[in-house]
Amino acid sequence: MYRQTEILQDATQVSPLNGGGDLEGAGDLIINVGPQHPSTHGVLHLVITLNGETIKKVEPHLGYIHRSIEKMCESLTFRQFIYVTSKMDYLSSHINNHGCCLCVEKGLQIEVPERAQVIRVLMDELTRLASHQLWWGALGMDVGALTPFFHAFRERELINDIFEETCGTRLTMNYMVPGGVMADLHPNFQRRVHEFIKQFKLKIDEYDELLTDNIIFKNRMQGVGVLSAADAVSYGCTGPVARGSNVVCDIRKLYPYEVYNKLQFDEVIETGGDCYARYMVRMKEMRQSLSIIEQLIDQVPEGEFQAKTKAVLKLPKGEYYSRVETARGEFGVYIVSEGGTTPYRIKFRSPGFSNLSALDHMARGGKIGDLIAIMGSLDLVIPDIDR
Amino acid sequence: MTKEELKNKLTEIIPTATLDESSEWLSMTVAADKFLSNAEIIRNHPDLNFDYMFSLTCIDWKTNLQMVYHFTSTAHRQPLVMKVELNRTSPEIETVSHIWRTAEFHEREVYELFGVNFLNHPDLRLLILPDGWEGKNPLRKDFEDAVNMIKL
Repeated sequence: MYRQTEILQDATQVSPLNGGGDLEGAGDLIINVGPQHPSTHGVLHLVITLNGETIKKVEPHLGYIHRSIEKMCESLTFRQFIYVTSKMDYLSSHINNHGCCLCVEKGLQIEVPERAQVIRVLMDELTRLASHQLWWGALGMDVGALTPFFHAFRERELINDIFEETCGTRLTMNYMVPGGVMADLHPNFQRRVHEFIKQFKLKIDEYDELLTDNIIFKNRMQGVGVLSAADAVSYGCTGPVARGSNVVCDIRKLYPYEVYNKLQFDEVIETGGDCYARYMVRMKEMRQSLSIIEQLIDQVPEGEFQAKTKAVLKLPKGEYYSRVETARGEFGVYIVSEGGTTPYRIKFRSPGFSNLSALDHMARGGKIGDLIAIMGSLDLVIPDIDR
Repeated sequence: MTKEELKNKLTEIIPTATLDESSEWLSMTVAADKFLSNAEIIRNHPDLNFDYMFSLTCIDWKTNLQMVYHFTSTAHRQPLVMKVELNRTSPEIETVSHIWRTAEFHEREVYELFGVNFLNHPDLRLLILPDGWEGKNPLRKDFEDAVNMIKL
């Protein structure tokens, strides 16, 4: 049952709410999308106020998989809490772990060996590719094309196989630890990444043929869910959502971490602000990620994969903030330490939470069919929003 | 802009603020009744122009609550942390959701998890927690729940 809100009570009256643009004789209609709906990609509940086919208000109701990870982390040590964060944004688990490790390393001033830095960046970019592939497939399905889903999952399996070989698992890897990575690369790693690059370079052109230039797909995406640059900043949007609206916000470029400042890659910016611009940003980002992996895969330096750290980590009293660029945007970790073995307070700034808050603004005045396309272009991962 | 330049500008523009340089970013503590006017200054002053709020949270210090706001600017990229002390029995602070719209969701989250009352907030309801959790604030340090909480 949804919660009683102001707008729901208004809607019980038959007269139109705002006069003006309403359909003549039509009252407002309240529709529940979710919590179990294929297009929400998880358990997200939207209460939509409609007039005819036009959206007047979208109200997200969250919390169906809220596990209070922030509270949980207060009783876990600085080594343990990193493993919980894999379960937040399960499509960017490497990058979530990375952000947490950076924060702990900042507090303890641990110098990470160069080999570990390169391995971390390689894993991050593979994660970004896998995440964007899943998004591409799911977006196709949202707007009515089933084929992309199978294409995307075929290539994503290759990345998951690479992860499985080195990290032991396919989805929540828990591979990064304070000071480096948990284990050295598998001997097959480089060969398999080369095979993957070779195959994916052909397939990404196929992706473009399937959707990017498809006129039906373009009609569903172009001019839909427009978000201006000023609104994107005000709503705290980051990642491809903000970059589609002409906002420079790539953390890898603005505040480089690990070896990102030594790499050649472009921050992809589109000016349209609509669903198609967000789509193009992610498509181009896949090619950028491929280029980063190509630059690094043969240049993994020899040496230690983990710095020597104490068995029990104690962060000095103070506060630490680190941020990384996940596939969905800026992920921030804010740790307040009292000098003990566990954090006093942890806050995770998840990109999906802020991106979702702009959904109402983007969908208002559009058609109900457009809402599905907008949600697809936001690339929502619900555990990341609920935490 | 560097941290030092930001410090000089802030002491010039808001002389009443207490600045702290011990952390990575400059942090500014303001009184709760001066918070809204200071927030408007840092957003609208052409030299400061903090248009992007990237984090809004609260810390329970057992004796009092502390609101922590993280701002940065798309123009000069130097982050600023703003802190406001609130009392624990009836915490109240002005909303900033009309200045940074991302604050609307973040404030609702802090409202339910810490019990902070945001004055003039357009839609202050539970966001994450289910019905019936009003008045119970899980992220406060003295929160106990024998059913849903597993002690680690």
